[in-house]
Formats: sequence, C-alpha cells, structure tokens
Amino acid sequence: MEVLNTPRRRRVWYQALSALAVNAWLPNWLTGKIYQGNIKGVCVPVLNCYSCPSALGACPIGAMQTFFGGLRFNLSVAEKKFGLYVVGLLGAAASVVGRMPCGWLCPFGLLQELLHKIPTPKIRLPRYFSAFRYLFLAVFVVALPLIVVDQFGYGQTWFCKWICPAGTLEAGIPLIALNAGLRPLVGFMYYWKVALLVLFLGWMIVSARPFCRAVCPLGAILGLFNKGSLFRMAVDDEKCTLCDACYRDCPVEIRIYESANSPDCVRCLKCLDSCRFGAISYAFLSKRETSASARPGRAAESPAADV
Amino acid sequence: MKRKLPWILLTVFLGLMTVGLLLGEYRTVLEKAVTVCLDCIGIG
Repeated sequence: MEVLNTPRRRRVWYQALSALAVNAWLPNWLTGKIYQGNIKGVCVPVLNCYSCPSALGACPIGAMQTFFGGLRFNLSVAEKKFGLYVVGLLGAAASVVGRMPCGWLCPFGLLQELLHKIPTPKIRLPRYFSAFRYLFLAVFVVALPLIVVDQFGYGQTWFCKWICPAGTLEAGIPLIALNAGLRPLVGFMYYWKVALLVLFLGWMIVSARPFCRAVCPLGAILGLFNKGSLFRMAVDDEKCTLCDACYRDCPVEIRIYESANSPDCVRCLKCLDSCRFGAISYAFLSKRETSASARPGRAAESPAADV
Repeated sequence: MKRKLPWILLTVFLGLMTVGLLLGEYRTVLEKAVTVCLDCIGIG
C-alpha cells in the first residue's frame, strides 16, 4: 500500500490543480472576456493559451513568436527585443527539471491522457514522429515569424494562427460562443482551426499524447534540457531485466532503459511504479545513468525492441 | 563537467531572463497577453 501513497499515483490531481491554477480567473467564463491583470505578463511553462477567458499567465510559445515577429534589421539596437525574458525563463525552469512540466503541469497534456483512456483500438506512433516537433519549432515558431512579414513589416504568430489546437479549444471556441461581438469575424481560419482541433482530439483518443510527441514546440524546447538538468532519471543495469513493463505503461511510449534522460520523456515517473525490480530511480544530479550506447546490444535483446 | 552543466545552464538562463526583464520585455508580453489574440482564436 506504500506505493499508493506516493505523489506519482496522484499525478492526475497535480495536473488538474495546475490547469485550475493557470486558469483561475473563472468569472470570465460568464462574460466572454479575458483576464487583463498585471500578472498576465508572467509566462507559464506549459501550453496554455493567454486568450483563454480565465488564463492568468502568458503562453511562452505565443510570446516567443511575438518577439520574433517584431525583430527587424532596420530597428536600432535599443528597439530590438529578442525574447530573452521568455527564453531565459523557460531555460531556467528546464535546467532544473527538464521536461517535467509536460508530465505534471500541462493542461493540454492532461487532456490528452484523459482522452487516451477512452477504450478504442490504439495506434503506437513511430519513433521518428518525435522529430516533427523540432520542425514545428524551427519553422512555425522561429523562421516564419522572423522571415514572412505583413504590410506593416511585422511577422505573424504562425504556430498560433495555423496549428495550435490549445488556442482553439481554450480560447477560440469559448470566446466565439460567449462574445457576440466576435462572431461576425468567423471565417475560413476559424473553421480550419476547429477542423484541426477535431483531428487532434480524435488522434489523442487512439494514440498516446500525440500532440506532445509530434507537434508541441514547448515540449521540444524543454526536452532539450533533459540530459543536462539538475533532475535526472537513472536505470540500474543490474536490476533491469528488459521486460518492457515501463514501456507498456509509458504515456509517451519510450523505453527508458535505452536512454534514461531522453528528450521524449515527460518525467511523469509512471515507470517507477511499473518496474517490479526497482531498476528505475530519479535524483537531483545523479551520477548513475544508463543509455543504449552505454550498454551496447542490450536494447536489441528486448523482444519488443522494434515495435 | 556533467555535474556542473545544469548549474551553468541555470546561471546563463537566469541571466538571460534578467537582461530581458531589464530591457522591458515583461511589458511587451503583458501588452500581448491582455488583448485577445485573434490569431490564436482563429479569426486573425
């Protein structure tokens, strides 16, 4: 019964509390307006649209695109803003815990995990899908806002505009439903985003955390720090039997014994409960770590290594 | 080096965040965040 008392077993409550904490201005759900207090400039390290009626903080991905969209060569040095505040805040948080906010705090991650519980046939994502999130980061968050400008000389927030289903779900649908003044503006873009949201929601039911793994630019940034953060995962080579119990329970379908601090790992710590042999552990700045390269051939021994 | 890396990263990024705050970037984020993002909601 000891395991039942660990925080890991209550992770869904931490996720729900976090979703409520970053969206705590609930009265706005009645008025169709957004929170406009002074703390809204604080970026939260999760994907949560700042146009959600109850959002208390700012989305770091939207904020980054705003900075990149405003960076132009013809500006003087004093006028240029590179988004150091956002990059610094994300980097500082990720230097401590890596991608842990994805597993414990992100409201969109919680939604994906809940939808995936719906009993349907499931489809595992190929590993190479995880490369796509870096593509979305590089193209939609960095390159397009920097390069493509409108008639006023500013770049747009391309990821928010064309892709982000969190914005449609948390802000687009509620604001259009609650605010009659916005309804005449509904057109092709709105229907495009709603259609994309429906596709993503369906994908979330059949695949585990597909948005986090294949699309999310915030997850891409935070994941880069997994190997260099203070918080580290570790696998004990002597205890690990390659039984793949951790892989079967993992919400992002990784084999932690191949790379204990993989950029794909959201550090939900579910694998600690899955492992009957106590092979997986975590620590701040642990010396003990394992990877496929450190143990040549062991990954290939796994009966499900190529699934 | 591996044990020092997280501390180096943390120091560098806290430094970047401080510089950004000193350059007034918090105000830029706040101004963006307190207006309805038309792109985000699909009517931009």
